[in-house]
Amino acid sequence: MQYLIQIYSNDSVSRYEGLSEEEKQAVMGEYFAISGAPGVTGGAQLQPPTTATTVRVEDGRTLTTDGPFLETKEALGGYYLYEADDLDAAIELAARIPAARLGGAIEVRPLVER
Amino acid sequence: MLAALIGLLGDFDLAEEAAQEAFAIASERWPRDGTPANPGRWLVATARNRAIDRIRRERTLVAKSKLLEVSEAVEDEIEEQVFGDERLELIFTCCHPALAMDAQVALTLRALGGLRTDEIARAFLVPEATMAQRLVRAKRKIKAAAIPFRIPPPHLLPDRLTAVLAVVYLIFNEGYDGRADLAEQAIRLGGALAELMPDEPEVYGLLALMLLHDSRRAARVRDGELVLFKDQDRSLWDWPQVQAGRAALERGLALRGRGPYVLQAAIASLHTAESSDWPQIAALYGELARLAPSPVIELNRAVAIAEAQGPERGLDAIDGLDLDDYQYLHATRADLLRRLGRRAEARIAYERALALARAHPERRFLERRLAELDL
Repeated sequence: MQYLIQIYSNDSVSRYEGLSEEEKQAVMGEYFAISGAPGVTGGAQLQPPTTATTVRVEDGRTLTTDGPFLETKEALGGYYLYEADDLDAAIELAARIPAARLGGAIEVRPLVER
Repeated sequence: MLAALIGLLGDFDLAEEAAQEAFAIASERWPRDGTPANPGRWLVATARNRAIDRIRRERTLVAKSKLLEVSEAVEDEIEEQVFGDERLELIFTCCHPALAMDAQVALTLRALGGLRTDEIARAFLVPEATMAQRLVRAKRKIKAAAIPFRIPPPHLLPDRLTAVLAVVYLIFNEGYDGRADLAEQAIRLGGALAELMPDEPEVYGLLALMLLHDSRRAARVRDGELVLFKDQDRSLWDWPQVQAGRAALERGLALRGRGPYVLQAAIASLHTAESSDWPQIAALYGELARLAPSPVIELNRAVAIAEAQGPERGLDAIDGLDLDDYQYLHATRADLLRRLGRRAEARIAYERALALARAHPERRFLERRLAELDL
């Protein structure tokens, strides 16, 4: 089973910025360690939502708007793709992600299998 | 039987359909050919064969599905271990914390209690369509998100067992204020858990707690009105059930249990004595409050303190509890104020409790107490 592990953070409650340089480095180290964990097949950190462009097509015309599709306090900051036997394994991986304990939240979504 | 099938097939809907087919075949054949030597085994085997036929038919449609993998493994294994008891795996799946609590409760009653969807809907006072939708969504999630069908590994077991016990206790409490069938279901589930997990003290604690509370059912209401514990007719208590509750508690204590359910059961057990040991009860509530801080537990501790040391001390313990929307806080305060002769304050407290009370027996009790203040 494949899972998209979405990392959400909320700048106003995130404790990341309050960390010392050393602690920040350690947190980044944790993210890289998870990237290399068995079963993790992909992932990336995203630029902030202010850099997003939303695209629609109406009557054949491409319309673009500045900003994310959904204006929410919690923004998708990155993701991993994870191949695991079951949801318990995915939950355990999600719980290891630093954002989960730093005021953010992780959303685990199974991919449709084809 | 359903538990075994779900375990074998890894799919709730398929298992349910197969079980229904097997029962239909049985009702046709058994009267004609006689009942097989092992009816349970016969039903599981028949249902399993039906399910595999169905999977074979669908094989052309679904190129690669988990069901298919399961069914092949099942065909190999099935001859050796026909009918394992997989109720425990099933309850851990139904009570998985990735499912909403109301879905956990509904699934547990459906899969382990054998209740029909309309029965569960009625028990929880929701429309049948809502309950059906809830069950469908939960079953879909179990499959789509691969919620595992297994007894959790040791590092997950404590949390997961807590979740299972919470579901069983919630079912019990839904039944406590009237719907006896739910309380019975919960006690049956608790008994099954104790049988399946004989080394877990909290399982015995919960079973003991439910048995002891439920044993007073017949005495709790008289002429449609709530009867306070100390005014109950003890000859109406179900004494064999009290004994069973005490035995379960003994077992939990022998396993060195000191968790929330064991403590609550110990309190309930002290209440079955000829005269309640209030200082000991207050101490146990204190221990419980340290384990799981909660204003409701503090309120109960205050009641015990009032009995042990007088209403004045009980009121002191109630002051400052953050429970303004809780009818029992106001009912308790009202009773203590009444006993102290502070009628005006008692009246306000009774009225507040009455405004929050839902169940009829409790309303009647509060109304009578309020009327008596004027005498």
